[in-house]
Amino acid sequence: MKERTKLLLIAGVFLAAYYIPWSHPIIRQSGLEAFMMLQEYAKEHVLTCLIPAFFIAGAIAVFVSQASVLKYFGARASKILSYSVASVSGSILAVCSCTVLPLFAGIYTRGAGIGPATAFLYSGPAINVLAITLTAKVLGWQMGLARAVGAIIFAIVTGLLMALIFRKDDAARTSGQIYVPDAGDRQRSLLQDSLYLLTMVLILVFASFARPADGATGFWPMIFAWKWYITTAFLLVLAFMLKAWFTRDECVNWVDSSWGFMKQIFPLLIGGVLVAGFLLGRPGHPALIPEHYVQTLLGGNSLWANLFASVAGALMYFATLTEIPILQGLIGSGMGKGPALALLLAGPALSLPNMLVIGSVMGVKKTATFCGIIVVMSTIAGLIYGSLAG
Amino acid sequence: MNIKILGPGCPKCQQTEKVVRGVVAESGADAQVEKVTDIVQIAEYGVFGTPAVVIDGEVKSVGKIPSAEEIKAWLEP
Repeated sequence: MKERTKLLLIAGVFLAAYYIPWSHPIIRQSGLEAFMMLQEYAKEHVLTCLIPAFFIAGAIAVFVSQASVLKYFGARASKILSYSVASVSGSILAVCSCTVLPLFAGIYTRGAGIGPATAFLYSGPAINVLAITLTAKVLGWQMGLARAVGAIIFAIVTGLLMALIFRKDDAARTSGQIYVPDAGDRQRSLLQDSLYLLTMVLILVFASFARPADGATGFWPMIFAWKWYITTAFLLVLAFMLKAWFTRDECVNWVDSSWGFMKQIFPLLIGGVLVAGFLLGRPGHPALIPEHYVQTLLGGNSLWANLFASVAGALMYFATLTEIPILQGLIGSGMGKGPALALLLAGPALSLPNMLVIGSVMGVKKTATFCGIIVVMSTIAGLIYGSLAG
Repeated sequence: MNIKILGPGCPKCQQTEKVVRGVVAESGADAQVEKVTDIVQIAEYGVFGTPAVVIDGEVKSVGKIPSAEEIKAWLEP
């Protein structure tokens, strides 16, 4: 950080401390809401959802071979395969957002071309494990599912459209040697690795199993009543697998990489939750921004509300996962379900800063087309989801 | 000898730079270490993953933090 930036930062904090009317009832209410929302996350989401998700993300980063995925992005890879792999590989490759842009640039200039490159660029940040699980936990499984499915479809359609629109330019790409990360030695079979990941996903699912509606009978309440026994059983299975299949070093790497994600993401998320709580409050509890503004701009399911959500999401920068508390606050203040999905689909993949980087790689015209396609599709998806979910 | 560390500035890339600089200083090799953060320049090397280490134009490692032993082996003439 430059000295001048530090000075500006300190001056900013000082002016805020000096001039904000902290004793005003609305500011008091907003400050309280910020910490109430933080407590809600700490109580409801951290232990049962985020911690297991961090361990899953860590396991994917350490144990899933990146090389096996990356070979589908080479210049001679089959086109159908590159698009399908690009649309889902975000869940494997992009757990860390800093890998997305270099890999995109590589696929674009040396590899499978603009179609798969843009498909990957879109799907990468949109469908990683952490984002999808936390969306499903906080905003409901319908929204989580709509986000995952929407992101995969969007990635393929965006990639195909880009390849179609710019098919002439693609021929002029430079060809040359490409380098992918080493595969590393594998001690386990694919089945063992899959079972291990599956066990962790099941722990996550059961630990964060939602309380069924009051008065419901049958299967779901029974699972809910038993959820801690089931979770413990899977934890024992996991412990057995670690003991039997993994070396000590591998376990250390796994914990290290999970810890790396926690260090990177927790502070950002806490900041995001506090800001969202301060500005928007929990559902049913108004805070700084009056609810009728949100309702006028983003309420209902009009074309305008969806378009506004898409454009705002495309321009705004969301640090990993912070889009979720912000959306929770917005929905609580009266944002419609459709615009919420539109924002989720356009938001994390695009932001003003990353548009500039993408622009330096593939030029202004292609970047504008790429953003345009995503904004239009997000708006349409929002309209459809809004009319289905009501 | 010219060593380039390719990476846009994520924690792993910084770690790689630290390890490489450490080994170079310790071995006393005659090498300049350079950090490349520009995405377009990184892509010109054809690496599908960062951090990557390039020594005299040759890609040595991709997508991981190399160990000190590996780096020592690359530095030997």
